[in-house]
Amino acid sequence: MRAFVEGIGLVGPGLNSWQASRALLAGAQAYRPAPTSVAASALLPAVERRRAGMPVKLALAAGSEAIAGAGRDAASLASVFTSSSGDCDNVHAMCESLATPERQVSPTRFHNSVHNAAAGYWSIATQCRAASTSLCCYDASFGAGLLDAASQVAAEGSPVVLIAYDHPYPAPLDVARPVSASFGAALVLVPQASAGAIACLDIEFEPRQAAASRMQDAALEALRAGVPAARCLPLLAAIARGPRETVILELVAQTHLRIAVSPCA
Amino acid sequence: MQPLAITRYSIANCLGAGARAIADAMREGRSGLSPCDFDSVALDTHIGRVRGLESLPVRSDLGAYDCRNNRMAQLALELDGFAAAVAQARERYGAARIGVFMGTSTSGILETELAYQRREPATGALPAGFRYAQTHNSFSLADFVQRYFGLHGPAVAVSAACSSSAKVFGNAARMMAAGVCDAAVVGGVDTLCLTTLYGFHSLELTSHGPCRPFDAARDGISIGEGAGFALLERVGARTDAGAKRLLGVGDSCDAHHMSTPHPDGLGARLAMQQALAAADLTPADIDYVSLHGTGTPSNDAAEDRAVSSLFDAATPCSSTKGATGHLLGAAGVTEIIISILAMEHGLMPGSPHTRQVDSAMRCNYLVEPRPARVRRVISNSFGFGGSNCSVVLGTAG
Repeated sequence: MRAFVEGIGLVGPGLNSWQASRALLAGAQAYRPAPTSVAASALLPAVERRRAGMPVKLALAAGSEAIAGAGRDAASLASVFTSSSGDCDNVHAMCESLATPERQVSPTRFHNSVHNAAAGYWSIATQCRAASTSLCCYDASFGAGLLDAASQVAAEGSPVVLIAYDHPYPAPLDVARPVSASFGAALVLVPQASAGAIACLDIEFEPRQAAASRMQDAALEALRAGVPAARCLPLLAAIARGPRETVILELVAQTHLRIAVSPCA
Repeated sequence: MQPLAITRYSIANCLGAGARAIADAMREGRSGLSPCDFDSVALDTHIGRVRGLESLPVRSDLGAYDCRNNRMAQLALELDGFAAAVAQARERYGAARIGVFMGTSTSGILETELAYQRREPATGALPAGFRYAQTHNSFSLADFVQRYFGLHGPAVAVSAACSSSAKVFGNAARMMAAGVCDAAVVGGVDTLCLTTLYGFHSLELTSHGPCRPFDAARDGISIGEGAGFALLERVGARTDAGAKRLLGVGDSCDAHHMSTPHPDGLGARLAMQQALAAADLTPADIDYVSLHGTGTPSNDAAEDRAVSSLFDAATPCSSTKGATGHLLGAAGVTEIIISILAMEHGLMPGSPHTRQVDSAMRCNYLVEPRPARVRRVISNSFGFGGSNCSVVLGTAG
């Protein structure tokens, strides 16, 4: 399946945007980890901005940068959201409340607990009523999201924004499911090469085991391994470097995605 | 879209186990709802509980996945000849050519809720033996189903609240159209847990008695549990003789509010229009509308506006949630299978517990089951986050 990347968004520890991170992902600058810095999107109405948890902030920041880069209208773009765990702080708070005798649950916490909360806030922020899906594939959530987005581009011939995000569980769930940092990434994928296209991806699902591509920098490799959404880093690094290369993303059940990345211009 | 053949399906919920039991209950107009007696829950509401799950552990080789949600999945996988049909498809296409697309809202979160009640007092740690990946995580269900059949194709969980297991039909159709797989196991499972029972209660959305969709005195939902699975193959496959067709899927967002639908059902209307367009049909081609019909005042009012703005006022429609309860992430596939049963048995379902249809409603709501020829159905599923999905189904030819 072929898809062209028109825009990229990125937010993570020491990664403040795709534009600001391009050189370090290409290996031309040193990577300096720092806590993820992200604000609630100004696109959200005041009530929703107050209620938005970390995953919503990550998703909206990454998605907005990717769409601005693509020069697309967010209000008409189909979307694929993917995350391993959704809003982890919220799940913890709900489970704590449910373990008390009173079992008082906050209604806002409850509606934020759905896995598609980020998609819901996104559609409110962008006033987008186009098709949207919210996926989970544990550690392979980014790869599964990319496969679904690519199949939409291929089967329907229409553009789509893929938005991946994850953030850590607090104690005690962090022991059962360690996620090392807050991270969000987004790609605007389109069926035809446009003037602004950054890269061309030829994506194949392969039902065999293969070693996943890794990051050369040790700290970036730790981030890739520590956050499901950050499994996209080798793909972003290949796009940042420019020349044609192949990226392997591990999926589940001994399968993987083989992605031939080539420059557009 | 290219129509796909639904060559096999299985279903279980509080009405019964298997297509025959569900069809009989529909014919008799029965409901499976009962006063809430789940775990230690003290809420004045009715639920659609599946009896006996507590003593039905999952297959021993998949023991790590044992939880209420995967037990519910296994119960349905073993009904209606479904497992045998998937095994045959595996022979025919190969394990790598069959995708798994599963919808769930809360997966096995009950395990985490119970673990939080048994935290180590000194450290706050969760009890030994707690398995997050195989139970709580949304992917657990798809992982379990993929391993249950030994498949190696694409696999993913769709978790978009109460539209989840309608949306999986779209994911599967796209993946088959793009040539990534030749067949797909799609489905949805959700089971009772504290998060949804107390959560919907906190929003004052749980009904005091059994839910009464479209009733003038409706006062909320009855939460149920259940599972439904379908095997999708291309039309022309050897097994598709007489199989019902997936004709179109339409997805949309409300872009309005996280837990309240757009008052005019704008997103719902868009989803139905897109599903009809994908099926290359018009509203006049639809014989029956399987409503989302949850039984909350605002949901039913918004859906009524959306449906009556598109369809002729005479088009029969009903919600089956008074029979099954609201199966949340499993509602979509459950109502899609009930729609297939409506075509196979020539019976439009009624709406147990609905006594007096709200006079403000404009669509032709069926309270009693109606024998009729049913050739084309549209089934609606809407959820939190303003997530909407409509699916068009039909007979072959």
